[in-house]
Amino acid sequence: MIENIITVKDLVKKFGHFVANDHLNFEVRRGEIFGFLGANGAGKTTAIRILCGLSYPTSGEVNVGGFNIYTQRNDIKRNIGYMSQRFSLYDDLTVFENIRFYAGIYGLSRKEIAAKAVMLMKKLELEEVKDKLIREVPLGWKQKLAFSVAIIHDPKIVFLDEPTGGVDPITRRQFWNLIFEAAKEGITVFVTTHYMDEAEYCDRVTIMVDGKIAALDTPTILKKNYDVSNMNEVFLKLARAKSVA
Amino acid sequence: MENPSISVRNISRSYGSVKALDDISFEVPKGELFGFIGPDGAGKTTLFRILSTLILPDKGKASVEGLDVVKDFKKIRKILGYMPGRFSLYMDLSVEENLSFYATIFGTTIEQNYDLIKDIYRQIEPFKTRRAGKLSGGMKQKLALCCALIHKPAVIFLDEPTTGVDAVSRVEFWEMLRRLKESKITIMVSTPYMDEAGLCDRVALIQDGKIMKISKPEEIIAAYHYRLWAVRSGKFFGLLKDLHTYPNAQSVHAFGQAAHVATDMKTNFIDDLHNYLINAGHEDVLIEEIKPTIEDCFMELMAQKTTDN
Repeated sequence: MIENIITVKDLVKKFGHFVANDHLNFEVRRGEIFGFLGANGAGKTTAIRILCGLSYPTSGEVNVGGFNIYTQRNDIKRNIGYMSQRFSLYDDLTVFENIRFYAGIYGLSRKEIAAKAVMLMKKLELEEVKDKLIREVPLGWKQKLAFSVAIIHDPKIVFLDEPTGGVDPITRRQFWNLIFEAAKEGITVFVTTHYMDEAEYCDRVTIMVDGKIAALDTPTILKKNYDVSNMNEVFLKLARAKSVA
Repeated sequence: MENPSISVRNISRSYGSVKALDDISFEVPKGELFGFIGPDGAGKTTLFRILSTLILPDKGKASVEGLDVVKDFKKIRKILGYMPGRFSLYMDLSVEENLSFYATIFGTTIEQNYDLIKDIYRQIEPFKTRRAGKLSGGMKQKLALCCALIHKPAVIFLDEPTTGVDAVSRVEFWEMLRRLKESKITIMVSTPYMDEAGLCDRVALIQDGKIMKISKPEEIIAAYHYRLWAVRSGKFFGLLKDLHTYPNAQSVHAFGQAAHVATDMKTNFIDDLHNYLINAGHEDVLIEEIKPTIEDCFMELMAQKTTDN
């Protein structure tokens, strides 16, 4: 049986008269890479903030990792990881200090932290920059480290908000290898991106337009339904159709 | 080049131990749409800030419309439009107030240069009484472009105007730039999106403070050293792994639904590659020869640089 790790039923979020999320309904399956796409202002960030337990819906039922969004927000926060392009690591802490800090926040023991730190530095080949301040480390390495600390506590779900924005094309691909690896280990990945080739790597993709879910399916089926050859065209068809109307 | 609009010669600039720009030289003729393509941290913003006379280079010389960026900074500022990467208009002024503020600073009026901005401004005019802080991302970007153009500059610098902007707004923004080119303004624009390179007259591919290549996009593509194959199969992720061990592959990169495999120019490896994948247990193998994209070229240049070092 397919197990759902996120369930969203009739989620509505209003800011005054503005409806940012208009009756969203979807499920995310355990272990899948779930792409969450949409034009700027379509309501993606609003929905992600709710799923992460940072804001309440106006109405609707939301369950994340088996916890209720209204009553168990702290449990949700303990069971998810989050990484955004903008805020990820502390510039004035070293590579090692950042790892220790995040691991500590998530309640790992000293022993676990030491073991994780060694493992991460080795995996990401960061040993020689271990004691460098984050601000001196190239962006590509920062992004990979930021992802690794976001999953340092082995969360059930990790939310990635435009994780590959601005990095070079090789680093971007290496980053996706980290995502595949995490998914293989059973972490559910919820990811937003403006790169449409990355949408092809998702198991299923949601496209939001004007606060609503305009499409949700596997990339293969979406391309077939809209009779186009790639996800960029699917996106342009959906987002443009609405902006003209 | 005779009377270039922008001239940069051996410019270097460091921040502490970090070399942001390392001996960069290039020229841009008047009226060209010139693109700087490269990831964050490549040095794009540093270059824009030097040319906009906001910071000084450590070494080298640069000029804009024949004016020296160090000596003639006051004159340059009058003929320059600059749209920084971060939105920097006044959030608590309305759309119209922002625009007339910038017009006044440059000693002109909205009416005087309305022709230049009208195509763009018309799209946000219905919201002219709205505060800039309340605009959507796409509208903010249009307003910022209007403000950068309102004094009819000879040159405009656009630092990552499409970063964080969705695919639809990106297409619209480039359509605006193509139209703007007709008014003979020199446009220098930077972007981390490789697919936008094809929309420029010429591009510089930049990485780690160095220019890897400057050329017309079609020439960069023509100079690609390998034959390139788009490969698909029923099991995509196993496919990448197996391609990495294919002995004749010069490089393997994931490109959405296909993998791009480069092989040397002399031999046609299509049958060999097909057999190799069938033997590795793949089904529904589909291989077609393709023209490289700028992203393929960029990655090839990055790989070359690593080997050179």
